[in-house]
Amino acid sequence: MHPLVRLFACAALSLAAISVACGGGKSEESAAPAAAAPVTNPVDPATASVITGAVTLQGTPPPNPPINMGSDPYCMKLGAATTPVFVVSDDNGLENVFVYVKDGLGNLKFPVPTSPVVLDQKGCAYTPRVFGIQVGQSLDIVNSDETLHNVHALPMANREFNRGQALQGMKYTTTFTAPEVMLPFKCDVHKWMNAWVGVLEHPFYSVSGKAGMFALAGLPPGSYTIEAWHEKLGAQTQQVTIGPKESKKISFVFKV
Amino acid sequence: MLHLFAMLVAATTGVLIFAGGLVTSTESGLSVPDWPNTYGHFMFFFPLEKMVGGIRYEHTHRLIASTVGFLIMVLAAWLWRSETRQWVRRLGYIALAAVITQGILGGITVLWYLPDPISIAHASLAQIVFCLTMTIALVTSPGWKRAYASNGPAPDDRMLQRVAAVTTGLIYLQIVVGATMRHTGAGLAIPDFPLMFGQLIPPHWDPKIAIHFAHRVGAVIVSLSILATTGHVFYHHRTRSELRRPSMLLLVLLTTQVTLGALTVLSQKEFIVNSLHVVTGASVLVTSLVLTLRAHRARFAAGARRADASTSANTRLGRLAGDHA
Repeated sequence: MHPLVRLFACAALSLAAISVACGGGKSEESAAPAAAAPVTNPVDPATASVITGAVTLQGTPPPNPPINMGSDPYCMKLGAATTPVFVVSDDNGLENVFVYVKDGLGNLKFPVPTSPVVLDQKGCAYTPRVFGIQVGQSLDIVNSDETLHNVHALPMANREFNRGQALQGMKYTTTFTAPEVMLPFKCDVHKWMNAWVGVLEHPFYSVSGKAGMFALAGLPPGSYTIEAWHEKLGAQTQQVTIGPKESKKISFVFKV
Repeated sequence: MLHLFAMLVAATTGVLIFAGGLVTSTESGLSVPDWPNTYGHFMFFFPLEKMVGGIRYEHTHRLIASTVGFLIMVLAAWLWRSETRQWVRRLGYIALAAVITQGILGGITVLWYLPDPISIAHASLAQIVFCLTMTIALVTSPGWKRAYASNGPAPDDRMLQRVAAVTTGLIYLQIVVGATMRHTGAGLAIPDFPLMFGQLIPPHWDPKIAIHFAHRVGAVIVSLSILATTGHVFYHHRTRSELRRPSMLLLVLLTTQVTLGALTVLSQKEFIVNSLHVVTGASVLVTSLVLTLRAHRARFAAGARRADASTSANTRLGRLAGDHA
Protein backbone atom coordinates (compact mmCIF):
# COMPACT_ATOMS: atom_id res chain seq x y z
CA MET A 1 0.00 0.00 0.00
CA HIS A 2 1.24 3.49 -0.84
CA PRO A 3 2.62 5.33 2.24
CA LEU A 4 0.22 8.26 1.72
CA VAL A 5 -2.76 5.93 1.61
CA ARG A 6 -1.52 4.17 4.75
CA LEU A 7 -1.13 7.51 6.57
CA PHE A 8 -4.68 8.65 5.82
CA ALA A 9 -6.16 5.26 6.65
CA CYS A 10 -4.40 5.11 10.01
CA ALA A 11 -5.39 8.68 10.92
CA ALA A 12 -9.06 8.15 10.11
CA LEU A 13 -9.33 4.79 11.83
CA SER A 14 -7.51 5.99 14.96
CA LEU A 15 -9.77 9.01 15.34
CA ALA A 16 -12.91 6.96 15.00
CA ALA A 17 -11.73 4.29 17.43
CA ILE A 18 -10.48 6.74 20.06
CA SER A 19 -13.61 8.85 19.95
CA VAL A 20 -16.02 5.95 20.30
CA ALA A 21 -13.91 4.37 23.03
CA CYS A 22 -13.70 7.60 25.01
CA GLY A 23 -17.14 8.96 24.28
CA GLY A 24 -19.39 6.67 26.19
CA GLY A 25 -23.11 6.89 25.89
CA LYS A 26 -25.87 8.23 27.99
CA SER A 27 -29.20 6.57 27.74
CA GLU A 28 -32.33 8.56 27.03
CA GLU A 29 -34.58 9.57 29.89
CA SER A 30 -37.59 7.31 30.08
CA ALA A 31 -40.82 9.00 29.12
CA ALA A 32 -42.77 6.88 31.61
CA PRO A 33 -42.76 8.28 35.15
CA ALA A 34 -41.63 5.90 37.86
CA ALA A 35 -44.34 4.71 40.19
CA ALA A 36 -44.07 6.52 43.54
CA ALA A 37 -43.82 4.37 46.63
CA PRO A 38 -46.65 5.13 49.09
CA VAL A 39 -45.42 7.30 51.93
CA THR A 40 -47.58 8.91 54.59
CA ASN A 41 -46.96 12.51 55.56
CA PRO A 42 -44.59 12.43 58.54
CA VAL A 43 -45.60 15.93 59.69
CA ASP A 44 -48.23 16.23 62.40
CA PRO A 45 -50.68 18.90 61.15
CA ALA A 46 -51.33 19.92 64.76
CA THR A 47 -47.73 21.13 65.18
CA ALA A 48 -46.94 22.19 61.60
CA SER A 49 -45.38 25.61 61.20
CA VAL A 50 -44.83 28.07 58.42
CA ILE A 51 -41.96 30.26 57.29
CA THR A 52 -42.94 33.23 55.18
CA GLY A 53 -41.02 36.19 53.93
CA ALA A 54 -39.88 38.29 51.06
CA VAL A 55 -36.88 38.49 48.78
CA THR A 56 -35.80 42.01 47.98
CA LEU A 57 -33.22 43.52 45.70
CA GLN A 58 -30.96 46.30 46.91
CA GLY A 59 -29.55 48.56 44.23
CA THR A 60 -30.49 49.23 40.64
CA PRO A 61 -30.29 46.14 38.48
CA PRO A 62 -28.98 46.34 34.93
CA PRO A 63 -31.75 46.42 32.33
CA ASN A 64 -32.92 43.00 31.24
CA PRO A 65 -31.29 42.13 27.90
CA PRO A 66 -33.55 42.43 24.86
CA ILE A 67 -34.29 39.23 22.97
CA ASN A 68 -33.68 39.09 19.25
CA MET A 69 -36.31 36.66 18.02
CA GLY A 70 -35.51 37.29 14.37
CA SER A 71 -34.46 33.71 13.82
CA ASP A 72 -38.07 32.51 14.08
CA PRO A 73 -40.87 34.42 12.32
CA TYR A 74 -43.49 32.98 14.69
CA CYS A 75 -41.66 34.25 17.77
CA MET A 76 -40.82 37.57 16.14
CA LYS A 77 -44.45 38.43 15.51
CA LEU A 78 -45.14 38.06 19.23
CA GLY A 79 -43.43 41.41 19.71
CA ALA A 80 -40.42 42.77 21.55
CA ALA A 81 -39.35 40.98 24.69
CA THR A 82 -36.59 41.00 27.26
CA THR A 83 -35.02 38.15 29.18
CA PRO A 84 -36.66 38.34 32.63
CA VAL A 85 -33.47 38.05 34.67
CA PHE A 86 -34.52 40.74 37.16
CA VAL A 87 -38.25 40.96 37.81
CA VAL A 88 -38.52 43.59 40.52
CA SER A 89 -41.65 45.14 42.01
CA ASP A 90 -42.05 48.80 43.01
CA ASP A 91 -41.12 47.97 46.60
CA ASN A 92 -37.98 46.13 45.45
CA GLY A 93 -39.48 42.63 45.75
CA LEU A 94 -37.51 40.20 43.59
CA GLU A 95 -39.44 37.52 41.72
CA ASN A 96 -38.29 34.13 40.44
CA VAL A 97 -36.13 33.32 43.46
CA PHE A 98 -36.26 29.66 44.47
CA VAL A 99 -36.51 29.41 48.27
CA TYR A 100 -36.30 25.99 49.86
CA VAL A 101 -35.31 23.97 52.90
CA LYS A 102 -31.76 22.97 52.18
CA ASP A 103 -31.10 21.10 55.40
CA GLY A 104 -32.77 20.13 58.69
CA LEU A 105 -35.39 17.58 57.71
CA GLY A 106 -33.21 14.63 58.69
CA ASN A 107 -34.41 11.31 57.34
CA LEU A 108 -38.05 12.25 56.96
CA LYS A 109 -39.70 10.84 53.85
CA PHE A 110 -42.51 12.72 52.17
CA PRO A 111 -45.25 11.53 49.85
CA VAL A 112 -44.77 12.31 46.17
CA PRO A 113 -47.62 14.42 44.80
CA THR A 114 -49.72 12.65 42.21
CA SER A 115 -50.46 15.82 40.29
CA PRO A 116 -47.84 16.71 37.70
CA VAL A 117 -45.88 19.92 37.47
CA VAL A 118 -46.30 21.57 34.07
CA LEU A 119 -43.54 23.33 32.16
CA ASP A 120 -45.06 25.12 29.21
CA GLN A 121 -43.35 26.49 26.13
CA LYS A 122 -45.55 29.45 25.40
CA GLY A 123 -44.82 32.68 23.59
CA CYS A 124 -41.32 31.34 22.85
CA ALA A 125 -40.52 31.31 26.56
CA TYR A 126 -40.65 28.75 29.34
CA THR A 127 -43.50 29.18 31.81
CA PRO A 128 -42.68 29.10 34.66
CA ARG A 129 -39.05 30.19 34.36
CA VAL A 130 -38.17 28.94 37.87
CA PHE A 131 -40.05 26.16 39.60
CA GLY A 132 -39.73 23.23 41.99
CA ILE A 133 -40.61 19.57 41.85
CA GLN A 134 -40.19 16.51 44.03
CA VAL A 135 -38.11 13.51 43.14
CA GLY A 136 -40.44 11.03 41.42
CA GLN A 137 -43.14 13.61 40.69
CA SER A 138 -44.27 13.82 37.07
CA LEU A 139 -43.17 16.76 34.98
CA ASP A 140 -45.32 17.44 31.93
CA ILE A 141 -43.47 19.46 29.32
CA VAL A 142 -45.88 20.86 26.76
CA ASN A 143 -45.57 22.96 23.64
CA SER A 144 -48.29 25.59 23.35
CA ASP A 145 -46.55 27.40 20.51
CA GLU A 146 -47.16 27.09 16.79
CA THR A 147 -43.45 26.51 16.27
CA LEU A 148 -40.89 23.84 17.06
CA HIS A 149 -39.09 23.61 20.34
CA ASN A 150 -36.59 21.20 21.77
CA VAL A 151 -36.47 20.85 25.51
CA HIS A 152 -32.98 20.07 26.66
CA ALA A 153 -32.35 19.31 30.33
CA LEU A 154 -28.75 19.72 31.48
CA PRO A 155 -28.58 18.01 34.86
CA MET A 156 -25.59 17.04 36.95
CA ALA A 157 -27.23 14.37 39.14
CA ASN A 158 -30.07 13.21 36.88
CA ARG A 159 -30.18 11.90 33.32
CA GLU A 160 -29.79 14.38 30.52
CA PHE A 161 -32.52 14.46 27.90
CA ASN A 162 -33.25 16.38 24.74
CA ARG A 163 -36.72 16.08 23.23
CA GLY A 164 -38.05 17.66 20.10
CA GLN A 165 -41.59 18.99 20.12
CA ALA A 166 -42.38 19.85 16.55
CA LEU A 167 -46.11 20.40 16.91
CA GLN A 168 -48.36 22.52 19.07
CA GLY A 169 -49.93 20.47 21.87
CA MET A 170 -47.17 17.87 22.10
CA LYS A 171 -46.45 16.68 25.63
CA TYR A 172 -43.52 14.83 27.15
CA THR A 173 -43.73 13.44 30.66
CA THR A 174 -40.70 12.63 32.73
CA THR A 175 -39.52 12.34 36.32
CA PHE A 176 -36.28 13.04 38.14
CA THR A 177 -34.58 10.40 40.23
CA ALA A 178 -32.23 12.49 42.38
CA PRO A 179 -32.39 15.82 44.18
CA GLU A 180 -30.69 18.64 42.29
CA VAL A 181 -30.76 22.39 42.84
CA MET A 182 -30.94 23.89 40.25
CA LEU A 183 -31.34 21.85 37.09
CA PRO A 184 -31.30 24.00 33.95
CA PHE A 185 -33.39 23.62 30.79
CA LYS A 186 -32.70 25.25 27.49
CA CYS A 187 -34.09 25.29 24.01
CA ASP A 188 -31.34 24.94 21.41
CA VAL A 189 -33.67 26.20 18.69
CA HIS A 190 -34.37 29.47 20.53
CA LYS A 191 -31.22 30.31 22.44
CA TRP A 192 -32.95 32.83 24.71
CA MET A 193 -35.25 30.20 26.27
CA ASN A 194 -34.05 29.06 29.68
CA ALA A 195 -35.71 27.62 32.77
CA TRP A 196 -34.53 26.15 36.06
CA VAL A 197 -36.11 23.52 38.28
CA GLY A 198 -35.21 22.71 41.87
CA VAL A 199 -35.60 18.96 42.41
CA LEU A 200 -36.10 18.07 46.08
CA GLU A 201 -37.04 15.08 48.17
CA HIS A 202 -39.57 17.15 50.12
CA PRO A 203 -42.31 19.67 49.38
CA PHE A 204 -40.84 22.64 51.24
CA TYR A 205 -39.99 25.02 48.47
CA SER A 206 -41.43 28.16 47.01
CA VAL A 207 -40.69 30.57 44.19
CA SER A 208 -40.92 34.25 45.08
CA GLY A 209 -43.82 35.90 43.34
CA LYS A 210 -45.28 39.37 43.38
CA ALA A 211 -43.36 41.68 45.74
CA GLY A 212 -40.87 38.86 46.26
CA MET A 213 -43.18 36.99 48.66
CA PHE A 214 -42.72 33.30 49.46
CA ALA A 215 -44.08 30.77 51.96
CA LEU A 216 -42.85 27.38 53.19
CA ALA A 217 -45.90 25.86 54.85
CA GLY A 218 -46.48 22.62 56.78
CA LEU A 219 -42.99 22.36 58.24
CA PRO A 220 -42.38 20.26 61.32
CA PRO A 221 -40.85 22.18 64.24
CA GLY A 222 -37.06 22.27 64.06
CA SER A 223 -33.96 24.10 62.92
CA TYR A 224 -33.49 24.55 59.21
CA THR A 225 -31.10 25.92 56.66
CA ILE A 226 -33.15 27.94 54.21
CA GLU A 227 -31.59 28.81 50.87
CA ALA A 228 -32.68 31.38 48.32
CA TRP A 229 -31.37 30.96 44.77
CA HIS A 230 -31.46 33.48 41.95
CA GLU A 231 -30.33 32.70 38.40
CA LYS A 232 -27.94 35.65 38.25
CA LEU A 233 -27.22 36.58 41.84
CA GLY A 234 -26.44 33.14 43.21
CA ALA A 235 -27.59 31.72 46.54
CA GLN A 236 -27.92 32.88 50.14
CA THR A 237 -28.67 30.79 53.20
CA GLN A 238 -30.16 31.47 56.63
CA GLN A 239 -30.57 29.40 59.78
CA VAL A 240 -34.14 29.41 61.07
CA THR A 241 -35.58 27.67 64.13
CA ILE A 242 -39.34 27.31 64.49
CA GLY A 243 -41.46 25.82 67.21
CA PRO A 244 -44.81 24.02 66.99
CA LYS A 245 -47.55 25.94 65.13
CA GLU A 246 -45.23 28.89 64.82
CA SER A 247 -45.28 31.36 61.95
CA LYS A 248 -41.94 32.99 61.34
CA LYS A 249 -41.01 35.75 58.92
CA ILE A 250 -37.61 35.96 57.30
CA SER A 251 -36.20 38.02 54.50
CA PHE A 252 -33.46 37.68 51.93
CA VAL A 253 -31.74 40.72 50.49
CA PHE A 254 -29.80 40.39 47.25
CA LYS A 255 -27.51 43.20 46.18
CA VAL A 256 -26.50 44.36 42.71
CA MET B 1 -13.01 16.09 -15.96
CA LEU B 2 -12.23 13.85 -12.99
CA HIS B 3 -9.90 16.52 -11.65
CA LEU B 4 -12.58 19.19 -11.95
CA PHE B 5 -15.05 16.97 -10.14
CA ALA B 6 -12.48 16.26 -7.42
CA MET B 7 -11.97 20.03 -7.06
CA LEU B 8 -15.71 20.46 -6.66
CA VAL B 9 -15.79 17.77 -3.97
CA ALA B 10 -12.90 19.41 -2.11
CA ALA B 11 -14.52 22.85 -2.31
CA THR B 12 -17.83 21.45 -1.05
CA THR B 13 -15.99 19.82 1.83
CA GLY B 14 -14.61 23.24 2.74
CA VAL B 15 -18.13 24.68 2.69
CA LEU B 16 -19.23 21.81 4.93
CA ILE B 17 -16.51 22.65 7.45
CA PHE B 18 -17.72 26.26 7.51
CA ALA B 19 -21.30 25.05 8.04
CA GLY B 20 -20.07 22.83 10.89
CA GLY B 21 -18.30 25.83 12.38
CA LEU B 22 -21.58 27.74 12.28
CA VAL B 23 -23.33 24.92 14.16
CA THR B 24 -20.87 25.01 17.05
CA SER B 25 -20.48 28.80 16.99
CA THR B 26 -24.24 29.26 17.36
CA GLU B 27 -24.48 26.36 19.84
CA SER B 28 -27.10 24.76 17.62
CA GLY B 29 -25.72 21.23 17.73
CA LEU B 30 -28.66 19.87 19.69
CA SER B 31 -31.40 21.97 18.12
CA VAL B 32 -32.38 18.87 16.15
CA PRO B 33 -32.59 16.18 18.83
CA ASP B 34 -33.05 13.18 16.57
CA TRP B 35 -30.78 11.60 13.95
CA PRO B 36 -30.79 10.60 11.11
CA ASN B 37 -34.31 12.05 10.99
CA THR B 38 -35.10 15.69 11.67
CA TYR B 39 -38.02 16.09 14.09
CA GLY B 40 -39.34 12.79 12.80
CA HIS B 41 -39.12 13.83 9.13
CA PHE B 42 -36.89 12.10 6.61
CA MET B 43 -34.02 14.57 6.34
CA PHE B 44 -34.65 15.70 2.79
CA PHE B 45 -38.39 16.18 3.33
CA PHE B 46 -38.11 18.43 6.39
CA PRO B 47 -40.30 21.48 5.63
CA LEU B 48 -38.32 24.61 4.84
CA GLU B 49 -40.66 26.82 6.88
CA LYS B 50 -39.72 24.83 9.97
CA MET B 51 -36.06 25.67 9.61
CA VAL B 52 -36.06 28.27 12.36
CA GLY B 53 -33.58 29.29 15.03
CA GLY B 54 -30.75 26.84 15.58
CA ILE B 55 -32.40 24.27 13.28
CA ARG B 56 -31.32 26.37 10.27
CA TYR B 57 -27.66 25.78 11.08
CA GLU B 58 -27.88 22.15 12.21
CA HIS B 59 -30.21 20.93 9.49
CA THR B 60 -28.33 22.83 6.75
CA HIS B 61 -25.12 21.23 8.02
CA ARG B 62 -26.73 17.81 7.73
CA LEU B 63 -27.97 18.52 4.18
CA ILE B 64 -24.53 19.73 3.04
CA ALA B 65 -22.92 16.74 4.77
CA SER B 66 -25.22 14.36 2.91
CA THR B 67 -24.34 16.10 -0.35
CA VAL B 68 -20.62 15.80 0.37
CA GLY B 69 -21.10 12.14 1.28
CA PHE B 70 -22.87 11.53 -2.02
CA LEU B 71 -20.21 13.44 -3.99
CA ILE B 72 -17.41 11.44 -2.36
CA MET B 73 -19.26 8.24 -3.18
CA VAL B 74 -19.40 9.31 -6.83
CA LEU B 75 -15.73 10.32 -6.69
CA ALA B 76 -14.70 6.95 -5.26
CA ALA B 77 -16.71 5.15 -7.95
CA TRP B 78 -15.19 7.35 -10.65
CA LEU B 79 -11.68 6.63 -9.41
CA TRP B 80 -12.44 2.93 -9.24
CA ARG B 81 -13.68 2.97 -12.84
CA SER B 82 -11.12 5.18 -14.51
CA GLU B 83 -8.02 5.75 -12.36
CA THR B 84 -5.03 3.60 -13.31
CA ARG B 85 -2.96 4.30 -10.17
CA GLN B 86 -3.97 1.86 -7.49
CA TRP B 87 -2.94 4.11 -4.60
CA VAL B 88 -5.16 6.92 -5.91
CA ARG B 89 -8.09 4.52 -6.15
CA ARG B 90 -7.38 3.53 -2.56
CA LEU B 91 -7.44 7.17 -1.52
CA GLY B 92 -10.97 7.31 -2.94
CA TYR B 93 -12.05 4.30 -0.89
CA ILE B 94 -10.51 5.75 2.27
CA ALA B 95 -12.21 9.09 1.64
CA LEU B 96 -15.52 7.26 1.33
CA ALA B 97 -14.92 5.27 4.53
CA ALA B 98 -13.84 8.44 6.33
CA VAL B 99 -16.89 10.45 5.30
CA ILE B 100 -19.22 7.61 6.33
CA THR B 101 -17.44 7.39 9.69
CA GLN B 102 -17.71 11.16 9.95
CA GLY B 103 -21.47 11.00 9.39
CA ILE B 104 -21.85 8.33 12.05
CA LEU B 105 -19.76 10.36 14.51
CA GLY B 106 -21.98 13.35 13.77
CA GLY B 107 -25.06 11.28 14.54
CA ILE B 108 -23.60 9.78 17.69
CA THR B 109 -22.55 13.15 19.03
CA VAL B 110 -26.15 14.41 18.68
CA LEU B 111 -27.72 11.31 20.22
CA TRP B 112 -25.24 11.34 23.13
CA TYR B 113 -25.61 15.09 23.77
CA LEU B 114 -22.27 16.26 22.37
CA PRO B 115 -19.74 14.36 24.49
CA ASP B 116 -16.43 16.17 24.12
CA PRO B 117 -14.30 13.26 22.78
CA ILE B 118 -16.78 12.49 19.99
CA SER B 119 -17.35 16.12 19.08
CA ILE B 120 -13.58 16.70 18.98
CA ALA B 121 -13.09 13.57 16.86
CA HIS B 122 -15.90 14.74 14.54
CA ALA B 123 -14.12 18.07 14.09
CA SER B 124 -10.72 16.40 13.63
CA LEU B 125 -11.90 13.76 11.16
CA ALA B 126 -13.53 16.53 9.12
CA GLN B 127 -10.05 17.90 8.50
CA ILE B 128 -8.83 14.50 7.35
CA VAL B 129 -11.75 14.20 4.94
CA PHE B 130 -10.88 17.65 3.61
CA CYS B 131 -7.21 16.61 3.25
CA LEU B 132 -8.24 13.44 1.43
CA THR B 133 -10.49 15.21 -1.06
CA MET B 134 -7.86 17.89 -1.62
CA THR B 135 -5.17 15.24 -2.13
CA ILE B 136 -7.31 13.46 -4.68
CA ALA B 137 -7.95 16.76 -6.45
CA LEU B 138 -4.21 17.44 -6.49
CA VAL B 139 -2.99 14.06 -7.71
CA THR B 140 -5.59 13.95 -10.49
CA SER B 141 -4.52 17.38 -11.76
CA PRO B 142 -2.67 17.72 -15.09
CA GLY B 143 0.20 19.51 -13.36
CA TRP B 144 0.78 16.65 -10.93
CA LYS B 145 0.62 14.10 -13.72
CA ARG B 146 3.20 16.06 -15.70
CA ALA B 147 5.30 16.23 -12.53
CA TYR B 148 5.35 20.02 -13.01
CA ALA B 149 7.93 19.35 -15.71
CA SER B 150 7.33 22.63 -17.56
CA ASN B 151 9.66 24.24 -15.00
CA GLY B 152 12.26 21.50 -15.36
CA PRO B 153 12.48 18.32 -13.29
CA ALA B 154 10.67 18.51 -9.93
CA PRO B 155 13.21 19.26 -7.18
CA ASP B 156 14.01 16.51 -4.70
CA ASP B 157 14.83 18.82 -1.78
CA ARG B 158 14.90 16.68 1.37
CA MET B 159 15.05 19.69 3.66
CA LEU B 160 11.91 21.21 2.13
CA GLN B 161 10.16 17.85 2.22
CA ARG B 162 10.88 17.49 5.92
CA VAL B 163 10.03 21.01 7.01
CA ALA B 164 6.84 21.08 4.92
CA ALA B 165 5.68 17.73 6.29
CA VAL B 166 6.41 18.79 9.86
CA THR B 167 4.53 22.05 9.27
CA THR B 168 1.49 20.20 7.97
CA GLY B 169 1.56 17.87 10.97
CA LEU B 170 1.86 20.82 13.36
CA ILE B 171 -1.07 22.60 11.71
CA TYR B 172 -3.19 19.49 12.11
CA LEU B 173 -2.24 19.20 15.78
CA GLN B 174 -3.04 22.88 16.26
CA ILE B 175 -6.47 22.32 14.73
CA VAL B 176 -7.10 19.38 17.07
CA VAL B 177 -6.15 21.58 20.04
CA GLY B 178 -8.46 24.27 18.62
CA ALA B 179 -11.28 21.74 18.34
CA THR B 180 -10.64 20.68 21.93
CA MET B 181 -10.77 24.31 23.03
CA ARG B 182 -13.96 24.85 21.08
CA HIS B 183 -15.82 21.82 22.34
CA THR B 184 -14.77 22.16 25.97
CA GLY B 185 -15.95 25.77 26.06
CA ALA B 186 -12.45 27.18 26.57
CA GLY B 187 -12.64 29.71 23.73
CA LEU B 188 -12.86 32.66 26.09
CA ALA B 189 -11.01 31.09 29.04
CA ILE B 190 -8.39 33.77 28.39
CA PRO B 191 -10.52 36.81 27.65
CA ASP B 192 -7.93 39.28 26.38
CA PHE B 193 -5.55 39.43 23.42
CA PRO B 194 -2.61 39.61 22.77
CA LEU B 195 -1.86 39.53 26.52
CA MET B 196 -3.33 36.91 28.83
CA PHE B 197 -5.06 38.43 31.86
CA GLY B 198 -2.87 41.45 31.18
CA GLN B 199 0.34 39.40 31.32
CA LEU B 200 2.54 37.37 29.01
CA ILE B 201 1.79 34.18 30.96
CA PRO B 202 -1.58 33.57 32.64
CA PRO B 203 -1.26 34.29 36.38
CA HIS B 204 -3.62 31.42 37.28
CA TRP B 205 -4.44 28.11 35.71
CA ASP B 206 -7.27 25.67 35.22
CA PRO B 207 -7.81 23.05 32.49
CA LYS B 208 -9.64 25.47 30.20
CA ILE B 209 -6.99 28.16 30.53
CA ALA B 210 -4.34 25.51 29.83
CA ILE B 211 -6.11 24.38 26.63
CA HIS B 212 -6.57 27.96 25.48
CA PHE B 213 -2.94 28.77 26.29
CA ALA B 214 -1.80 25.68 24.35
CA HIS B 215 -3.74 26.91 21.31
CA ARG B 216 -2.04 30.32 21.47
CA VAL B 217 1.41 28.77 21.91
CA GLY B 218 0.53 26.42 19.06
CA ALA B 219 -0.29 29.41 16.88
CA VAL B 220 3.19 30.84 17.46
CA ILE B 221 4.86 27.49 16.71
CA VAL B 222 2.79 26.94 13.57
CA SER B 223 3.48 30.49 12.38
CA LEU B 224 7.22 30.00 12.78
CA SER B 225 7.03 26.67 11.02
CA ILE B 226 5.09 28.13 8.12
CA LEU B 227 7.57 31.00 7.88
CA ALA B 228 10.42 28.49 7.79
CA THR B 229 8.76 26.47 5.03
CA THR B 230 7.75 29.38 2.86
CA GLY B 231 11.09 31.11 3.48
CA HIS B 232 12.87 28.00 2.24
CA VAL B 233 10.69 27.93 -0.88
CA PHE B 234 11.24 31.61 -1.66
CA TYR B 235 14.99 31.33 -1.10
CA HIS B 236 15.69 28.04 -2.88
CA HIS B 237 12.79 27.43 -5.28
CA ARG B 238 11.40 30.81 -6.24
CA THR B 239 11.26 29.80 -9.92
CA ARG B 240 9.04 26.80 -9.14
CA SER B 241 5.54 28.19 -9.44
CA GLU B 242 3.99 24.96 -8.10
CA LEU B 243 5.80 25.65 -4.79
CA ARG B 244 5.82 29.43 -4.80
CA ARG B 245 2.05 29.86 -5.26
CA PRO B 246 0.90 27.70 -2.34
CA SER B 247 3.62 29.34 -0.23
CA MET B 248 2.24 32.78 -0.96
CA LEU B 249 -1.30 31.58 -0.33
CA LEU B 250 -0.14 30.00 2.91
CA LEU B 251 1.25 33.32 4.14
CA VAL B 252 -1.97 35.16 3.24
CA LEU B 253 -4.07 32.50 4.98
CA LEU B 254 -1.82 32.49 8.04
CA THR B 255 -2.15 36.27 8.41
CA THR B 256 -5.92 36.02 7.99
CA GLN B 257 -6.12 33.15 10.45
CA VAL B 258 -4.14 34.90 13.20
CA THR B 259 -6.29 38.01 12.71
CA LEU B 260 -9.47 35.95 12.92
CA GLY B 261 -8.19 34.19 16.04
CA ALA B 262 -7.61 37.55 17.72
CA LEU B 263 -11.00 38.84 16.56
CA THR B 264 -12.71 35.70 17.86
CA VAL B 265 -11.51 36.54 21.37
CA LEU B 266 -12.02 40.29 21.09
CA SER B 267 -15.54 39.91 19.63
CA GLN B 268 -16.53 37.45 22.38
CA LYS B 269 -16.81 34.65 19.81
CA GLU B 270 -19.01 36.43 17.27
CA PHE B 271 -20.37 33.46 15.36
CA ILE B 272 -19.39 34.46 11.79
CA VAL B 273 -15.86 35.41 12.86
CA ASN B 274 -15.60 32.22 14.88
CA SER B 275 -16.75 30.05 11.96
CA LEU B 276 -14.43 31.81 9.54
CA HIS B 277 -11.59 31.02 11.95
CA VAL B 278 -12.52 27.33 11.68
CA VAL B 279 -12.66 27.20 7.89
CA THR B 280 -9.55 29.34 7.44
CA GLY B 281 -7.69 26.96 9.74
CA ALA B 282 -8.78 24.10 7.49
CA SER B 283 -7.64 26.07 4.44
CA VAL B 284 -4.21 26.62 6.03
CA LEU B 285 -3.98 22.87 6.58
CA VAL B 286 -4.85 21.81 3.04
CA THR B 287 -2.66 24.51 1.49
CA SER B 288 0.27 23.28 3.54
CA LEU B 289 -0.61 19.73 2.52
CA VAL B 290 -0.61 20.69 -1.16
CA LEU B 291 2.79 22.33 -0.72
CA THR B 292 4.09 19.25 1.10
CA LEU B 293 2.85 16.85 -1.57
CA ARG B 294 4.27 18.99 -4.36
CA ALA B 295 7.59 19.14 -2.52
CA HIS B 296 7.50 15.33 -2.49
CA ARG B 297 6.52 15.06 -6.18
CA ALA B 298 9.94 13.85 -7.27
CA ARG B 299 9.80 11.03 -4.74
CA PHE B 300 6.37 9.99 -6.01
CA ALA B 301 7.91 9.76 -9.47
CA ALA B 302 10.82 7.72 -8.11
CA GLY B 303 8.36 5.45 -6.32
CA ALA B 304 6.38 4.99 -9.50
CA ARG B 305 9.56 4.17 -11.45
CA ARG B 306 10.51 1.62 -8.79
CA ALA B 307 7.00 0.16 -8.96
CA ASP B 308 7.18 0.01 -12.76
CA ALA B 309 10.60 -1.62 -12.59
CA SER B 310 9.30 -4.11 -10.05
CA THR B 311 6.27 -4.88 -12.23
CA SER B 312 8.49 -5.32 -15.30
CA ALA B 313 10.86 -7.58 -13.38
CA ASN B 314 7.95 -9.67 -12.12
CA THR B 315 6.60 -9.90 -15.62
CA ARG B 316 9.99 -10.97 -16.97
CA LEU B 317 10.37 -13.52 -14.18
CA GLY B 318 6.87 -14.76 -14.91
CA ARG B 319 7.68 -15.14 -18.56
CA LEU B 320 10.93 -16.90 -17.69
CA ALA B 321 9.06 -19.21 -15.35
CA GLY B 322 6.52 -19.77 -18.07
CA ASP B 323 9.27 -20.52 -20.57
CA HIS B 324 10.77 -23.01 -18.14
CA ALA B 325 7.34 -24.47 -17.56
